[in-house]
Amino acid sequence: MQDFAASFFEAFRLVLGLNPGLLEIVWLSLKVSMTAVIIAAIVGLPIGAFLAVARFPGRGLLVVTITALMGLPPVVVGLVVYLLLSNAGALGPLQLLYTPTAMIIAQTILVVPIIAALAGQTLEDLNGEYRDQLMLYGLGSLARLRTLLWEGRYSLMTALLAGFGRAIAEVGAVIIVGGNINHVTRVMTTAIALETSKGNLALALGLGIILVILAILVNALVFLLRAAAERSAYA
Amino acid sequence: MKKTIASLVTGAALFLAAASFVPAYAGEFILLQSTTSTQNSGLYDHLLPIFEEKTGIEVRVVAVGTGQAIKNAGNCDGDLLLVHAKSAEDVFVAEGSGKQRRDMMYNDFVLVGPSSDPAAIKGLADINAALKQIAAAKAPFASRGDDSGTHKKEISLWKKAGVETVAHSGKWYRETGSGMGATLNAAVGMEAYVLTDRATWISFGNRAGHEILVEGDPDLFNQYGVVTIDPDHCPNIKSAAADRFVDWLLGPEGQAAIADYRLDGQQLFFPNAENGDS
Amino acid sequence: MPILPVTAERLFVQRNGRALLDVEKLTISGGGTTVLVGPNGAGKSLLLKVLAALHQADTGRVLWNGVPPDRQRYCRFGMVLQTPVLLRRSARANIEFALRAVGCNGSEARERAQSALEAARLLPLANASARVLSGGEMQCLALARALATEPDLLFLDEPTSSLDPASMQTIEAMVRSASKDGMRIVVIAHDLAQARRLGDEIIFMHRGKIVERAPTLPFFQSPGTEDARDFIAGKILV
Ligand SMILES: Nc1ncnc2c1ncn2[C@@H]1O[C@H](COP(=O)(O)OP(=O)(O)O)[C@@H](O)[C@H]1O
Ligand SMILES: [Mg+2]
Repeated sequence: MQDFAASFFEAFRLVLGLNPGLLEIVWLSLKVSMTAVIIAAIVGLPIGAFLAVARFPGRGLLVVTITALMGLPPVVVGLVVYLLLSNAGALGPLQLLYTPTAMIIAQTILVVPIIAALAGQTLEDLNGEYRDQLMLYGLGSLARLRTLLWEGRYSLMTALLAGFGRAIAEVGAVIIVGGNINHVTRVMTTAIALETSKGNLALALGLGIILVILAILVNALVFLLRAAAERSAYA
Repeated sequence: MKKTIASLVTGAALFLAAASFVPAYAGEFILLQSTTSTQNSGLYDHLLPIFEEKTGIEVRVVAVGTGQAIKNAGNCDGDLLLVHAKSAEDVFVAEGSGKQRRDMMYNDFVLVGPSSDPAAIKGLADINAALKQIAAAKAPFASRGDDSGTHKKEISLWKKAGVETVAHSGKWYRETGSGMGATLNAAVGMEAYVLTDRATWISFGNRAGHEILVEGDPDLFNQYGVVTIDPDHCPNIKSAAADRFVDWLLGPEGQAAIADYRLDGQQLFFPNAENGDS
Repeated sequence: MPILPVTAERLFVQRNGRALLDVEKLTISGGGTTVLVGPNGAGKSLLLKVLAALHQADTGRVLWNGVPPDRQRYCRFGMVLQTPVLLRRSARANIEFALRAVGCNGSEARERAQSALEAARLLPLANASARVLSGGEMQCLALARALATEPDLLFLDEPTSSLDPASMQTIEAMVRSASKDGMRIVVIAHDLAQARRLGDEIIFMHRGKIVERAPTLPFFQSPGTEDARDFIAGKILV
């Protein structure tokens, strides 16, 4: 319990002191995870949309697989990306191992199934509701999908946020492919892992508290944007 | 209104995406595959700024267990290797991955345990006797179990004491499969004995009721070595910059800097590079 | 390329061994308003969806002016589904969306949406989110949206099912005036009085089949079949 009190104190000390080391780590965490989510959205939304409207043999199996991949263990993804990016691996010449880009790649792989599966479900429901009406507008399948994406934007935002939550909180993948290098690839979670291994539990927990606050802030921001957009639709 | 919000979000997103592809440092750097104790004890925070100031070469540290560090370096994912498992390092060189291995510094391992000391080993000067007593008492013992330098050392000590730990794994002998810090946290949590290098112990923040019980046995000697990578094996590595760092580490300046590093007034590492080649 | 006449041959739809739709031959052409009546589950909505090419029949074919339906001609066609489907935007934006889909530019869409809202007495709700309207308001909006594009052919699936009497009169007036302007209309009605008020002719369906098709007056005065007589008399058909 003493640790708990101490860690809240640490968290406040870190935040109030605007510790430049902390800012660097927070900024990198946000940069890596947000980029991963944006790329995962660019990849995952079309996959989800395709699954929502297309009917082909094996579709059920694909849906089950992608849904199951939402639970991909980060360490496994980290390992696979490491083996690919290692100088001994297929993509070694790109020299990406131990860079933020490697971390973005790993997190993107983790987040794509989440966005694809959640967006697929959302869009499938919406399609059931809207298909006939959009057909009556004479829209082709691409134009229908575009409309569905726009109509489902708030639910899809939730899918993106779920992906972001997964990305910002995972440590297993980024610590392997990023290497937790100070000033280069150290993010919130790997810093927490490091401080824990140093036995600085209060500091580790303090960083954890900041991570949670950060996640809350990002979600609150999206919530406010959504509320503002909805208000403007009613106005 | 809706449009402005949408374009604002898109703009911010694109900015973030672009920003993250700009590398944090553009200058020259080398990648050091390292054991964890040198990082966790804060030694690098003391040494690297001095070297970087002098040469402009940034040293990026990937701190993992000795076993993994050697494997990563063998995959050419590092320009230099700094670990503490001499026999494994020699194999690394003999196999052709490493170019040259040299002694850099030493400290020692200590046996740490709860102050209740159920195996009554406190103050023993003989690690061999202490381990035998722990086995006889079936007192909990936390092992790294991760193929690290410390783990290798621990295995050799049990072997010497004639204790077959495999038979007791999961009972009083508990393998955490984790780094030194995580294993220390576990040992504190389950009131277990544990072998650790002194530097990690001194800098460890969560000692609770644990203390050093056995130390000073010559068998507990802990040698750190630095191994350069063979450019024939890894053509892409930055040999020249790595060699400069090694020369500095093993030279008078680096050795003095190692000796200077203190935590709580205690010296953590003792330089012992031979001046010349080993 | 016109959409009329709409013809159907040997349409058949079945689910789990039950025939939901079984229509030998049907032609919608000329002008006026056809009212489709029949007990619940008779297949009225399904027939309109098949004719509108929203649903593919198991066998048989639907032709629009002699050729299979194509996407382009939806701009000459309007339909209000039994449960109106509105986009998650304002009432006005819903109408503008439909107008732009048939090729209106921005200012034209704005003007026509404005007059459609006026005609349907929806101006006070123009900027409300379409998804929060009452059931009746949604039906009004869906009809206004379908009329705004001035289609040659309009299908209405129970357009007044959740309306109060005043709104029902508004809507019936809009339908009648569109019909007078030459729009071909097929409307499903569950209310026989409404069928009399709107219809030039009646199609009576039962168990997926077209049982009778006749001008309105003769249909109600002297139904040609036992089933139609029972239906008009309010007896339960099995
Ligand atoms: N996709 C479907 N799958 C199975 N049954 C359907 C489907 N669509 C309609 N039905 C059935 O077809 C019958 C006719 O439906 P419908 O045309 O909606 O009747 P109504 O004449 O009341 O409009 C009903 O019994 C309905 O349950
Ligand atoms: Mg119906």
